[in-house]
Amino acid sequence: MLAYILRRTLYAIPILIGVNLITFALFFVVNTPDDMARMQLGAKRVTQAEIERWKAAHGYDKPMLWNARAAGSEKLTQTVFFRKSVRLFAFDFGASEDGRNIAAEIRTRMWPSLALAIPVFVVGLALNISFALAMAFFRATYLDFWGVVLCVVMMSISTLFYIIAGQYLVAKLWDLVPISGYNTGLHAIKFLILPAAIGVASGVGAGSRWYRTLFLEEMGKDYVRTARAKGLSEGVVMFRHVLKNAMIPILTGVVVVIPLLFMGSLLMESFFGIPGLGSYTIDAIQSQDFAVVRSMVFIGSLLYILGLLLTDISYTLVDPRVRLE
Amino acid sequence: MRHIGFLGLAAACGLAAAVAGCGEVWNDPYPAADGGKNILYSTFVARPKHLDPALSYASDEAVFTQQVYEPALQYHYLKRPYQLVPLTAAEMPRVSTHAGYSEYEIHIRPGILYQPHPAFARNAKGDFLYQSLSPGQIAALASPYALPGRGTRELTADDYIYEIKRLAHPRLASPIYGLMSQYIVGLPELAARLKRANAEMSAEGRGDEWLDLRKYPLAGVERVDAHTFRIRLKGRYPQFAYWLAMPFFAPVPWEVDRFFAQPGMAQKNFTLDWWPVGTGPYMLTENNPNLRMVLERNPNFRGEPYPSDGAPGDRQAGLLADAGKPMPFIDRVVYSREKESIPYWNKFLQGYYDTSGISSDNFDQAVRVSVEGQAALTPQMRSLGIRLRTAVAPSVFYIGFNWLDPVVGNAGGGEAAERARKLRQAISIAVDMEEFLSIFANGRGLVAQGPIPSGIFGYRAGKAGINPVTHVWRDGAARRRPLADARRLLAEAGYPGGRDAHSGQPLVLYLDTVTRGPGDQARFDWWRKQLAKLSIQLEVRATDWNRFQDKVRKGSEQMFFLGWNADYPDPENFMFLLDGAQSRALHHGENAANYDNPRYDALFERMRDMPDSPERQRLIDAMVSIARNDAPWIWGYFPKDYLLFHGWLSNVKPNDMARNDVKYLRLDPVRRAVLRREWNRPVVWPLAIGLALLVALLVPAFVGYRRRERMAARPAA
Repeated sequence: MLAYILRRTLYAIPILIGVNLITFALFFVVNTPDDMARMQLGAKRVTQAEIERWKAAHGYDKPMLWNARAAGSEKLTQTVFFRKSVRLFAFDFGASEDGRNIAAEIRTRMWPSLALAIPVFVVGLALNISFALAMAFFRATYLDFWGVVLCVVMMSISTLFYIIAGQYLVAKLWDLVPISGYNTGLHAIKFLILPAAIGVASGVGAGSRWYRTLFLEEMGKDYVRTARAKGLSEGVVMFRHVLKNAMIPILTGVVVVIPLLFMGSLLMESFFGIPGLGSYTIDAIQSQDFAVVRSMVFIGSLLYILGLLLTDISYTLVDPRVRLE
Repeated sequence: MRHIGFLGLAAACGLAAAVAGCGEVWNDPYPAADGGKNILYSTFVARPKHLDPALSYASDEAVFTQQVYEPALQYHYLKRPYQLVPLTAAEMPRVSTHAGYSEYEIHIRPGILYQPHPAFARNAKGDFLYQSLSPGQIAALASPYALPGRGTRELTADDYIYEIKRLAHPRLASPIYGLMSQYIVGLPELAARLKRANAEMSAEGRGDEWLDLRKYPLAGVERVDAHTFRIRLKGRYPQFAYWLAMPFFAPVPWEVDRFFAQPGMAQKNFTLDWWPVGTGPYMLTENNPNLRMVLERNPNFRGEPYPSDGAPGDRQAGLLADAGKPMPFIDRVVYSREKESIPYWNKFLQGYYDTSGISSDNFDQAVRVSVEGQAALTPQMRSLGIRLRTAVAPSVFYIGFNWLDPVVGNAGGGEAAERARKLRQAISIAVDMEEFLSIFANGRGLVAQGPIPSGIFGYRAGKAGINPVTHVWRDGAARRRPLADARRLLAEAGYPGGRDAHSGQPLVLYLDTVTRGPGDQARFDWWRKQLAKLSIQLEVRATDWNRFQDKVRKGSEQMFFLGWNADYPDPENFMFLLDGAQSRALHHGENAANYDNPRYDALFERMRDMPDSPERQRLIDAMVSIARNDAPWIWGYFPKDYLLFHGWLSNVKPNDMARNDVKYLRLDPVRRAVLRREWNRPVVWPLAIGLALLVALLVPAFVGYRRRERMAARPAA
């Protein structure tokens, strides 16, 4: 398995270079360094000389990908792409375009993101599996029928609606929790209850319906009939056999997102004023801060690759037939 | 099973009764210990990019910088039109003019102290305590204020000089360097020397080290004595006094610059751009621009007295009740970040923010506009004790015609130019800005009759102020000219019925604008409809800000929608938007329409440097008349600010030129605490119902599960 992990890690390097290159290309198709300078300096009274000064101060005064005027390897190294990208592989994210240290920002902002994402993930997963198991257990009954109807209704409603309705009812009309905001330590709990509940509620419909389908598919297989024929109770069949065998498709979707919990939720963090990495990314896109966008895409890609690797490893844990070679 | 259901319901009811009896407020976003304290709660939407006075140019950053930094001058809080008064200066600058240059002598009041800060801290021997910190020591700090020692020192003229030099710092890229280098003698030369010095330091691997600006003289700035300095400008630039009221010209002590330049500081985000240090009434003690910014009273602040005089009506409005009392009145200011308008508005209604603007979504809930156009609060707002203040902003939004365009501009020359002028006038009549304000801004604005907004010298109200090209004065009000006038002008322009008289082709015009999303479609449709009144087809080319700016810079647009916020309350700051020398496409200036009329330009040159006087008004009138006739803009509108605040806050007066208004505000925290409790009693019955519902669902499920587990095998069908 170690060799497999090592090989996958090495595969990650060209993927990350490719992602970096695509991010670079896409960003600079839309924004030029002059646009970035104007965004930072403001739209008023900015002369071309000031723009050039800003570009020089921030390292955007070089050619993008190929420096024809330089000699030797500097043709490649004396470019915006090389100077801005290579350091990422040493996890040196540098400073944002407005001069703030990105690593310090990430260290600060990851905790609020995780404080919201982990409860939503854990509670949501437990609730989805429980609800799906209940529907599968009571399959072809009114409980199953109305459960599916409820799931379809819930998954048809936009997350934005859950947020606005939740804020209106729970925080404004009933005055039960703050509408938005955040604090550190245990003081964060009262700010997280509502967004976490909304996060869970908005995912229940799609999640439960999907897991129900997985469970029903497993329940139609021969080994389940055999288990029943052996006289096992339905509860034992469901929890010891069906749930276990349905774990592989569940893990496929679940484990891959675990590392990405770190990246935060763009919508929730914006609406609830949670200072996490999701809102950091949105702010960076809006302010055309390439340094932050590039760093967040890099981290996102890395975490996604890590998630896929963890998914592969998790298969071996739930299914002894799977071997990583 | 029935027992379980009853038990659950009883538990839920018990819980509900218990919590309802507590009388606590559950939704308070602030620590309970802060209840009843003299703290102002406000918001910020966008995270500030810069708090360094040499870099910060945005109004949402000025909210913080102007409480901390003190330039030599400030705007009078109450008087209108806006008036400059001394802040740290003992008196207004003495201005002397000489052959080819002018000089500003500024005398700073002695005895002004900086806020307590580790950068000034010294030991018993007089050596600095924290100017040689190791990277390890810095890495262990949570904030610069985690260092236990504090110090201060007196404000001197050298600190102002140091900051002026920072405008030319190669590592800072100040947005006003380009403008100031045209005026301040020696600034370009200083920038060149600093650039060389910085390059040498970089070559030696010391590119991040502190660049001591004291070693580099600036020819145009002279230290007279410890509290006096002179700034020499090329030629005359009377508007320079306004710049002296901006943070760009606030003092920066070299000790602070050196403190933050220590290796390891930037990696912790400990920079002057992040942690401002000044002499103002407040100091920034918590800087988390993702969540919260906190200002606390500067214990070294000298206690500036509240103004004793103001504008007519201020005394009756209670704005002079604190006259002569030492400021600030508030101990602490907590700015929370609110990116979305819904939570912001609801928290204001719950009493958790002391002031609020009004978004379009909430306008009808907050304000009713009478048929006479008077805005008043709704009964709901009045019942909460909320008050409203309005003011016309020193801003203008307009639709410009590109002067370089052959159809709507002057590029055709001769007869074609005259046809284009009539076409512009016809369109100016047809575009009904009164309707635009009513539909898209809830009536929050004044229809512009020229480039100068109300409240700025040169503005004329009433009949004397109407634009005769687009309006007539009837029944005591400005009325838009009938469409028949526009159609006549259109025919004279060679487009009868919206078609080219020669080719018969329909007239198609193009409007460039920035789009913010699908919500803008209604605005675009409205514009099309306005030109359709003249049978002119309008193509709206909506794009992002960068592409839009690019088109305007190249002069490739035909018509465009744009706005301008004043830097300072002088007519020059609006009239220069039509100065030919400021053409955006030709000279990279601020004249986005590229309008060019030598008569206008000549009058502008004369008006620009004049003090406000009848003669200046006469010149402005003449210039406005020329511009109205040429119609390079559809004059658009001047937006109106609506500010709501709770009854426990006093001394509130909108001030669009300055943001150092916190020191003037007073609040009654006890009244606020009482009302907050009254307004935010938790409603717990939904919790009980939710719990009961859960039990009602779980119990049958559990019963069903048990029944199935015990069920005997069913016979095959």
